[in-house]
Amino acid sequence: MLAQVLFLVLLAVASYFAFKRFQFIKRNINLGHDVQVGGDKSERWKTMFRVALGQGKMFNRPIAAILHLFVYVGFIIINIEVIEILIDGLFGTHRVLSFLGPLYSFLIGSFEILAILVLVGVFAFLARRNILKLKRFHMREMTAWPKNDANIILIAEIFIMSAFLIMNASDLLLQEMNSDHYHKVGAYPVSQFIAPMLSGLSEGSLIFIERFTWWFHIIAIFCFIVYLTYSKHLHIILAFPNTWYSKLEPAGTFNNLESVTREVKLMLDPNADPYAAAPATEGPQRFGAKDIFDLNWVHLMNAYSCTECGRCTSSCPANQTGKLLSPRKIMMDTRDRMEEVGRAMDANGGEWKEDGKSLIRDYITEEELWACTSCNACTESCPVNINPLEIIVDLRRYLIMEESKSPDSITVMFNNIENNGAPWAFAASDRDNWRNS
Amino acid sequence: MSQELQVKTMAECLANGEVPEVLFWVGCAGSFDDRAKKITKAIAKILQHCQVSFAILGGEESCTGDPAKRAGNEFLFQMMAMQNIAVLNGYEVKKIVTGCPHCFNTLKNEYPQLGGTYEVVHHTQLINQLISEGRITIKDGGEFKGKRITFHDPCYLGRGNNIYDAPRELLSTLDAELVEMKRSKANGLCCGAGGAQMFKEAEPGNKEVNVERTEDAIEAKASVIATGCPFCNTMMTDGVKHFEKESEMVVRDIAELIANAADL
Repeated sequence: MLAQVLFLVLLAVASYFAFKRFQFIKRNINLGHDVQVGGDKSERWKTMFRVALGQGKMFNRPIAAILHLFVYVGFIIINIEVIEILIDGLFGTHRVLSFLGPLYSFLIGSFEILAILVLVGVFAFLARRNILKLKRFHMREMTAWPKNDANIILIAEIFIMSAFLIMNASDLLLQEMNSDHYHKVGAYPVSQFIAPMLSGLSEGSLIFIERFTWWFHIIAIFCFIVYLTYSKHLHIILAFPNTWYSKLEPAGTFNNLESVTREVKLMLDPNADPYAAAPATEGPQRFGAKDIFDLNWVHLMNAYSCTECGRCTSSCPANQTGKLLSPRKIMMDTRDRMEEVGRAMDANGGEWKEDGKSLIRDYITEEELWACTSCNACTESCPVNINPLEIIVDLRRYLIMEESKSPDSITVMFNNIENNGAPWAFAASDRDNWRNS
Repeated sequence: MSQELQVKTMAECLANGEVPEVLFWVGCAGSFDDRAKKITKAIAKILQHCQVSFAILGGEESCTGDPAKRAGNEFLFQMMAMQNIAVLNGYEVKKIVTGCPHCFNTLKNEYPQLGGTYEVVHHTQLINQLISEGRITIKDGGEFKGKRITFHDPCYLGRGNNIYDAPRELLSTLDAELVEMKRSKANGLCCGAGGAQMFKEAEPGNKEVNVERTEDAIEAKASVIATGCPFCNTMMTDGVKHFEKESEMVVRDIAELIANAADL
């Protein structure tokens, strides 16, 4: 009974902290302005099933994709086991789902095999990060927390999976001893090989090991649920809405700012009524984005969905040629600024007080922004359809339209287009000279 | 059998009471850049040879606003877009072929919302269609017969608009060996000119993007780098010069390769 109460308390505490964090994240995402997400809904579902559930884009890099698939499928399937643990924990039962008979044996057996595959994946990932030192995991934005975050998750996975297998091994031995409560059930294709290591132990010790690993396993999972919300690992949840809301138009399409359309129409159309009331759906007052408030909420959700894998950065032409730009850093900066703003708001009773900082300059420099070729390599390579390019362009728009700040040669190009209708200073009347040359 | 090129402007057509089926959107590079003008002429020769009813805007054409938009100047972009749309709608243009993937992308994807809806095709798509209709015959691959040709995907044609096949189908009609660079199609590497980079110095780094890309072509042992974009053409040509490989490699637009092979 005491155990059940303790379990309930732990569950409640974990749920409370996770819930608070999810509320915080949701509020932060909603700091972005609204955006019309139109298009064919069935197309959106298809994208989500293909890219998030089906891991469609992961397989462009097959080795990482297969290792990731182990961990991904392992995570989803082994969660069925967590349902059983929750019921057992709350009601004091033991292996409550065992009435499923052969199906139960099949389930436990597959969890064990998946657990081993997860361990294979996790060790390989640790090696790629820390021994092989893949370049994309060791760039300038991948120090301190981002670096530790990845390793903490991987090591936690090792503990969780090991506890699960040792728990099963001790349970198996107790079943063979006909110990009370440990009725014969399940199939143990992996832990049967761990059992011999524990076979000399007394029934009491085995029960202790079984109980300890059971509690360790579930407490680790509770901790993980809370940890998740502070971590890049949030992608396991946000990958789904993130792909659903991702852009359906051809990647080359940039949105046309409606606020600008109104202004341009007033300039060009002699019949426009300058005193006409602005439409009810008044957008943000600023052209382009200076801070997270000027981005839309999908951009901000993108930032929380990023798992910092660095595929975008490793395929970015600017980054590959030594420029400062890293699309991954654009997303990480956006998230870090959101967290900073969110914490400041919480400390100030939920109200935002200007802190004199902004996403541009304090986080993302002009040099980074001006290195982008808008080639879409980053958006193409992102396994969860994050779009760093839209943020880059919105920040450029702010620089140009609010601060009139651009590299000199870009200013010359603008002037040429405005005066000559071409980015170079040629006369429009010479446009068709090629016909006679 | 070089025919004399006779290209009319929309204004000239209107004066004669003619209504061309297709508007050839030449683009700024194709109008003013000496190298790109050759591509423009190749496209025009192919259209004329196939008796496509087409015209250009001539002095009435303006920048689509693409480089302004990519650089963040949405005002300038929309001003250019609305002026161009007024001209295009004034001539009741239905179909446009562009010589540049940037113009193509902008006209096709960004103009409709501003009131300019047209059927827009890139020149590789139109030429591919003309060949499949049998309206142009490739003689014997011309001077590029048997050469190793690699296609550099322009970002705004490939990733930007998912057009990977039309240019490759065109190249396969040449009697040449088509080879892919290690990064191609959706994984293709940019030439370094997009996003208004063409009009500025590159930011500090340890290499130029076009040099990195030209290395891919050298590694593929290509003797012809085929492109479908005047800016890629410039960048790749500069890349070849950087490695002093001008005697071993040439950079050509697909339209030029086809015009050459068809002896136009």
